[in-house]
Amino acid sequence: MARRKLSRDVAIVGGGLTKLGLFKDRNCKDFFAEAFAEMVESVDKGFDPRDMDAIYIGNYSNDFFVSQAHWGPIVSDLLGHVPKPVTRTEAACASSAVAFREGVLAIASGIYDIVLVGGFEQMSRRSTEEVAEGLAMASSPYEVAAGFTFPGVFGTMATAYFARYDTDREALFNVTIKSHNNAPLNPKAQFPMSITDFMNARIERARKKGEAVPAWRDEKDFLRDPVANPPVAWPMHLFDCCPISDGAACLLLVAEDIARNFTDDPIYLAGMGQGSGYSLHAKKDLTTYEATRAAAKEAYDMSGLTPKDIQFSEVHDCFSIAEIVHMEDLGFVKPGEGHKAVAEGLTRLDGPMPINTSGGLKTKGHPVGATGVAQLYEVWVQLRRKAGKRQVPNKNLRIGAAHNLGGTGGTCTFTILERR
Amino acid sequence: MGERPFNDTSYEQFINERKIMGSRCKKCGALALPPRPICVSCLGSDMEWVPFKGSGKLLAFTSIVVAPPNMIKEGFDRNHPYLVGVIGLDEGVKTVAQIVGMDAKKPEKIKVDTALKAEFLEKGAGPGKQTFLVFKP
Repeated sequence: MARRKLSRDVAIVGGGLTKLGLFKDRNCKDFFAEAFAEMVESVDKGFDPRDMDAIYIGNYSNDFFVSQAHWGPIVSDLLGHVPKPVTRTEAACASSAVAFREGVLAIASGIYDIVLVGGFEQMSRRSTEEVAEGLAMASSPYEVAAGFTFPGVFGTMATAYFARYDTDREALFNVTIKSHNNAPLNPKAQFPMSITDFMNARIERARKKGEAVPAWRDEKDFLRDPVANPPVAWPMHLFDCCPISDGAACLLLVAEDIARNFTDDPIYLAGMGQGSGYSLHAKKDLTTYEATRAAAKEAYDMSGLTPKDIQFSEVHDCFSIAEIVHMEDLGFVKPGEGHKAVAEGLTRLDGPMPINTSGGLKTKGHPVGATGVAQLYEVWVQLRRKAGKRQVPNKNLRIGAAHNLGGTGGTCTFTILERR
Repeated sequence: MGERPFNDTSYEQFINERKIMGSRCKKCGALALPPRPICVSCLGSDMEWVPFKGSGKLLAFTSIVVAPPNMIKEGFDRNHPYLVGVIGLDEGVKTVAQIVGMDAKKPEKIKVDTALKAEFLEKGAGPGKQTFLVFKP
């Protein structure tokens, strides 16, 4: 297949992300207004929202979570964008990465010059069991009928990975500990705490209540404790799973030729890809996502870059095992080597291949419809060297990427951003 | 039985009749379970029904502790977990199903590659009664 290029390039010139967490007393309009306000403020040379040609908004299932569908015009009404077009995209947890892609394609086609892309979700108004049901709607019908949950599908893949590569649950602890080490450095994270912080908080609580004080030897000992880290769907335990979250994110995209009207520091799209995947029973290989591999190939081909060129990346760590598999599918490491790379510390913030500098979905939070754009927001912030305490230390930071997965791998995207 | 469409409804009807029926592409011979109207190997659409024996091995699994509402109704919860998994059938296709006859409270003892055979489990009563394909050692 011939190398596919955009007809014209696209730059990110602004971005916004809410603090993530559980906010039952607010709704998605509030979240999006907050993210939008930060985005407007972030445009270095200023920006008139009336200049936006179109909006693409990702939302997985506020239909289920808050019993309201058709969020496009709600956003248009909120921002004073009526009667210009707004389109909602749905691809489960990859909903807003697909919104981003549609925004890019619209600008590249020449039809629009200035496009707002974003996403949001409100999950806090449902019980944990109901959220599990709502999310399971995005797995395949066969999986739902058999009684699988989201954590169950990823747990199942984990057992296949363990058997194939002769490793076990302990390998996943390294992912959790690494992500939680980044979390306190991200002011927007839902759980801005390291595993050590969690341990100390529980010890303190036990002391205050006069209960037996837990005596964990180290972080892994804490994660082994079934009271501190109870099972959800073997081998996924609480600290393998991302939380239920609310929040919103947005980015302002513009055509390359006008980017410098907005900022002297635009970040450009270098390549992007999107793939689709089979459900569990039809997968050839239970330890890989064909959708990720297809998305990565498309993005690498478009950009002319290789996995070695990616200096840091957000990857879709909805469950700890997923982070390991994605690193392999994206070509950062060979198949079967992902768990070793994490154990060796290569993916730490100060390592040679930082993964999930934001703390990842596990600690930052995962309002599913917002996540794709929230990941790209992190890459954009890092490339502009505005990530504060979690800034990747590499002085020559130029290329970063974000991988987003929808459902149980049915939709995956990979997007590479660059500073030129 | 050739007149039944190659779709999920027919598959479920067969399960209710305690038969595991999938499709075989007449053009390239690829098997599918549940049946497919279009062969994803060669894109052929000329299919025939093929019965599956129901024996295979466990490829991957999980023990679900936090259950969805439909399984909670069946009596599963945080204290009563259940097993589901991917089963590789002898004919060379995979299926996903509940696994019975193994201890869901001790998933660390369960070995991938365990030989399994099909069983039909009836759930519900009256008009809501439905037969499910499950697997056991």
